[in-house]
Amino acid sequence: MTDTKRYLIRDTRVLGGERTDILLGSGRIEQIGADLPADGAEVVDAAGAIALPGLVDLHTHLREPGREDAETVATGSRSAAMGGYTAVFAMANTDPVADTAGVVEQVWRLGRDAGYCDVHPVGAVTVGLGGRQLAELGAMADSPARVRVFSDDGMCVSDALLMRRALEYVKAFGGVVAQHAQEPRLTEGAQMNEGVVSDRLGLAGWPAVAEEAIIARDCLLAEHVGSRLHVCHVSTRGSVQIIRWAKSRGCDVTAEVTPHHLLLTDELAESYDPVYKVNPPLRTAEDVEALREGLADGTIDIVATDHAPHPSEAKETEWGQAAMGMLGLETALSVVQHTMVDTGRLDWAGVARRMSATPARIGRVTDQGRPVAVGEPANITLYDPTATRVVDPSAMASKSRNSPYVGMTLPGRVLATFLRGVPTVLDGKIQ
Amino acid sequence: MRHLLSTGDLTRDEAVLILDTAKELAQVGERSVKKLPTLRGRTVVNLFYEDSTRTRISFEAAAKRMSADVINFSARGSSVAKGESLKDTALTLQAMGADGVVIRHSASGAARRLADWVDGAVVNAGDGTHEHPTQALLDAFTMRERMGRLEDLRVAVVGDIRHSRVARSNVLLLNTLGAEVTLVAPPTLLPVSVGTWPCSVSYDLDEVLPKSDVVMMLRVQAERMNASFFPSAREYSRRYGLDADRFARMAEHAIVMHPGPMIRGMEISAEVADSPRSTVVEQVTNGVSVRMAVLYLLLGGAMQTTGNQGETR
Ligand SMILES: [Zn+2]
Repeated sequence: MTDTKRYLIRDTRVLGGERTDILLGSGRIEQIGADLPADGAEVVDAAGAIALPGLVDLHTHLREPGREDAETVATGSRSAAMGGYTAVFAMANTDPVADTAGVVEQVWRLGRDAGYCDVHPVGAVTVGLGGRQLAELGAMADSPARVRVFSDDGMCVSDALLMRRALEYVKAFGGVVAQHAQEPRLTEGAQMNEGVVSDRLGLAGWPAVAEEAIIARDCLLAEHVGSRLHVCHVSTRGSVQIIRWAKSRGCDVTAEVTPHHLLLTDELAESYDPVYKVNPPLRTAEDVEALREGLADGTIDIVATDHAPHPSEAKETEWGQAAMGMLGLETALSVVQHTMVDTGRLDWAGVARRMSATPARIGRVTDQGRPVAVGEPANITLYDPTATRVVDPSAMASKSRNSPYVGMTLPGRVLATFLRGVPTVLDGKIQ
Repeated sequence: MRHLLSTGDLTRDEAVLILDTAKELAQVGERSVKKLPTLRGRTVVNLFYEDSTRTRISFEAAAKRMSADVINFSARGSSVAKGESLKDTALTLQAMGADGVVIRHSASGAARRLADWVDGAVVNAGDGTHEHPTQALLDAFTMRERMGRLEDLRVAVVGDIRHSRVARSNVLLLNTLGAEVTLVAPPTLLPVSVGTWPCSVSYDLDEVLPKSDVVMMLRVQAERMNASFFPSAREYSRRYGLDADRFARMAEHAIVMHPGPMIRGMEISAEVADSPRSTVVEQVTNGVSVRMAVLYLLLGGAMQTTGNQGETR
């Protein structure tokens, strides 16, 4: 999907370096340098903005097939583009579940047809997310969707033997198992983080140890069989410590943290407003601190959104009945800036690694997450970190509105997103 | 005070005001004509998503004694059963001009959510495993009547604390009112963060019992046993049940309370439940007075009751 049209990005900084211009053509970065001649190219004024490699989200819920009222591949990938993403990995917990070559190919085609970003389907590890029988992982890997990430996200592969087998099996095609770490028995009926606040609110607790115990087990399993493990949405201090320990032993484990776990705490549940209900739940301030530290020192490899759209009726209800999950794509970069860059923990190169290069590497995608350099694919996000905005739900491209940041003032604004040289967002508007 | 959602929201003065008001209104219950014009023209809706005949009747009696119009809205067989959301119901109540809504719901926080959606006063009549503030108020009222004070009163609350909205509301309220609460339960039935609560904790009923002025027994549900919170009903009863032997080891002035309904045998023996030192029946009576006081104060009725207004403590 290239375009004959060329674009000249005027006056930007590559990862916050020197001021420069960038010329895009034929889907690639043709030239980088000061004061390039426009030469018939459409000029995009990027004064004040930095040029980041197009963001890659390893953990997105697009809801199609099955819950098109919440999101579709088209609306979700539009939302991704608005957030500066050029590729997303679409989780398998759709209806039907993405556990066959047919469903993953359908999702992949829908993404290609929509054209707002690359949509890489994630394949389910087990049939129907049932946790009993391996899905046909090889067929999904061999399909046109070329699935490399497998996850029962939403559910934990809690059977230790099945987890071992999955880890071993995907080695045949360079796959990775992305685990939603949640010991099911310890979290039966769980509504929020188990602790002082859950006790006060009378909501059943989701204890940190239910996440930590699975992560510890899986790291040992992955080490034992020599496989790659990816840990989804790490949310506790103990999990960070366990992953740090596993990496020090040489275990091939990567981990992600969501923007909301970097910012929000379980105290927000005091309102009983289910917009704050998410799985894993919002944790304590100490957990948030440990997650920021873990992301800064590389223990946690990437930021992934866990973008989880829900229609309003699933959220405007009692806490106990409400669906779990929150939007993330259109606010992720701002939240990362707020929690990691503005606090001096990461520079923009560090952000680019954690939100573009490393997720692409984990997902085995080669034409995304590349540096902004001559000859590379023109996947670029122009982001103005000096702007601020009050998060406005009516301005969102997602079909749903369950964002916990509504009304919050966040830094930064995505000015433009280019997918292989074609703008999907320009001047902050979807193209 | 616009709603009564949690006893944790009550200041000491507000809590005392409710108890004092209840004391005055209680005298109405002793008259032959048990009716006051106080809330005439006001509409109170009893919105019960969870069956609780006792609590509903208590609120209904309280409202009617003050001449309020009462609408009983039971979720069973209503549009709620057909899937209408709490928010839709709230909008309906709003349209009906409900001045007060008494809500009982199986979901923690349902009362709080409702308060976001309606203009009228919301009274939490029990929400999930969160709180049951009027129960705590009637318990405090009963203790004060029996013992003459609440300050420094030593109250043991025994049983399934973790899942008990009554325990949660009582700990907060009794702490505000100056009583010393000790929670007694096996560790599995205590909240994980109980160490941060304003009370003491013990696993040993026999140790706490002789030092207590009030022993409040809580309901233990059979499903807790099935979920391995304790090994068997027999073991629970032996370690945490209030039988005649244990009763005999209580201080002579001490009283026994139970929010009801009681499981005789397992958590409390029949002779204890029926003893004059058991307040089970008074608790029911006091429940009406306390709920009258709450509705009166929230709905801003005109005080023209007993002529005993100067009474304070
Ligand atoms: Zn998940």
